Amino acid sequence: MGGLPRYIVQRLLLTIPMLFILLTIVFILLRVMPGNPVLALLGGRNVSPQVIADALHRYGFDRPIHVQYVQYIGQILRGDFGNSINSGRPVLQDLFLKLPATLELAFFSMLIAGILGLTTGLLAATRADRPIDHGIRFFHIGSFAIPLFWLGLMLQIIFAVKLHWLPVAQRIGRETIQSVTGFYIIDSLLMKDPKVIVDVLRHLVLPAVTLGIAQTGLLGRISRASMLEVLDMDYITTARSKGLRERTVILGHALRNALIPIVTVFGLEFAILMGGAVLTETVFSWPGIASFLVNSIGSRDYYAIQGTVVFIALFISVINLIVDLLYSFIDPRVRY
Amino acid sequence: MAERPRWRRILHSLRRHPLLSIGVFIVVGIILVTVLAQYEWFTPYSPTMYRDAPRLEGPSCAHWMGTDHLQRDVFSRVISGGIASLIVAFTAVAISISVGAVVGWISGFSGGWLDRGLSLTMDALYSFPSMILAIVLVALFGAGLQPMIWSVTIVYIPTYFRVARAEVLRVRETTYVEAARAIGASNTRIVARHVAPNTVNALMAVSSFNLADAILTVAALSFLGYGLKPPAPDWGFDIQNGQKFLQSGSWWLITFPGLAIITLSLGFGLIGEGVSDLVNPKRKRKKV
Repeated sequence: MGGLPRYIVQRLLLTIPMLFILLTIVFILLRVMPGNPVLALLGGRNVSPQVIADALHRYGFDRPIHVQYVQYIGQILRGDFGNSINSGRPVLQDLFLKLPATLELAFFSMLIAGILGLTTGLLAATRADRPIDHGIRFFHIGSFAIPLFWLGLMLQIIFAVKLHWLPVAQRIGRETIQSVTGFYIIDSLLMKDPKVIVDVLRHLVLPAVTLGIAQTGLLGRISRASMLEVLDMDYITTARSKGLRERTVILGHALRNALIPIVTVFGLEFAILMGGAVLTETVFSWPGIASFLVNSIGSRDYYAIQGTVVFIALFISVINLIVDLLYSFIDPRVRY
Repeated sequence: MAERPRWRRILHSLRRHPLLSIGVFIVVGIILVTVLAQYEWFTPYSPTMYRDAPRLEGPSCAHWMGTDHLQRDVFSRVISGGIASLIVAFTAVAISISVGAVVGWISGFSGGWLDRGLSLTMDALYSFPSMILAIVLVALFGAGLQPMIWSVTIVYIPTYFRVARAEVLRVRETTYVEAARAIGASNTRIVARHVAPNTVNALMAVSSFNLADAILTVAALSFLGYGLKPPAPDWGFDIQNGQKFLQSGSWWLITFPGLAIITLSLGFGLIGEGVSDLVNPKRKRKKV
């Protein structure tokens, strides 16, 4: 095995120790800290100690931590993440049920962030030190300082409560959807019912814009810096002195080279995006992975928490790998 | 020429860096107001007493930022509600700098399996979304000031670990450290005299940005209900409360605490920009 496949396998192998460390930390913390899943399941109050002990025994939570740990690792190596105590379903099944909602939100917010960040970054770089540049830089710095949940609530107040243009929350309103893929956009397109398609899209706008704007600052700053760097280079001067139009110089010559650091940031942003998704999903009652995690933590659903943490970490590693592979498409000098 | 007094130099650099001075102005102002507002005589109304004002009324001359459902003055709550954010942000960043830097120096200097193990652990924590990590940790630790401090601390330690470790690896190879070693300086002395001063600049810039981020993290944790217990005024918690009255159009309950969070976080962000320009003059020219 050589070249690209070898590189992919190497990278995936490197993530394994990282996943184990994360899992171990969460595993130990969950069992050392007060609270347990059985208490939450039984309703918390007025339960006799005997009932609690029985339930703990039934799930195997009364055994020593290291015994539980070894058993759980064995389970995971066989691809079994355990059953969620809340839903009774296998954790992986729950996660795959919630994944489309999060992916749909992540994809559209990245799209918004990409378009907004790239255009504002390029605009600022090509008009460096002019008023528009200062304005855009202020917007970028400002977007770091806005609490994401607050932005979501403000958009809800303005566009849903006051103007009635868009729905407040949820993925779909009165229409019923036949869920085939779990991606409501695709499902609604499959149904070929314009009313459903419009309804799904309208529900997506506010959460995607909220999460998108939160990602714009970093992307815009890197775009601007990277573009400024490239515009300083000799080959750009050459292109200009050849008499090429400014448009061609910027979009044809400079942009491609400027894209390399931008794509790196796109990968890094995915981790931030998953963090932002927790708050966005909470504010917009969006039934995705992030809100699943928050609910599981609330009820100390051990297997669900452990499974979700590993799942998210693995997901981010895979995204970063894909970003790395993208380099070779953008920059032919990169070889694996 | 005689050395100018330290405060004159600080004033001078503030004047030359408008971003830095605006940031310092904002942060110092908010700290002052927040601390004073902990005393009843400073706030126009009581921030915690129920039925001190009409119920759910919009901004007016008597109540600049309106009133909430428990008949309290929102303005009084906003000016006193930053205390948790400030305490948690400063404490957590201070602890994580100390722990992260020391562990990073040790790790970088000792090398071997200890370095590898520590780096891997820190990388694992670093690569995981910090907001999710903070929520998981605070949920396990419980709610309140201390749990928030611990979870935010753990989230930021890997950042400082990486900065400090990278600095050790860089400085370790320089000729002057080799010279110090040749005349018999111990590892502790090399860290204290040669590595630590070199790391300070990098740590300063990172920590101001981290403070900006910490303010948002604390706000999010309180918003999710892991902050101070009611009726203590708190920005994040007050926004969560306001969410219940969003459908009825009580926009002021959410808007004003949010603007306070933005101003404070922006203040720290601007300080970060200014400090980065100061410690890295090349950066200013390019205006990253």
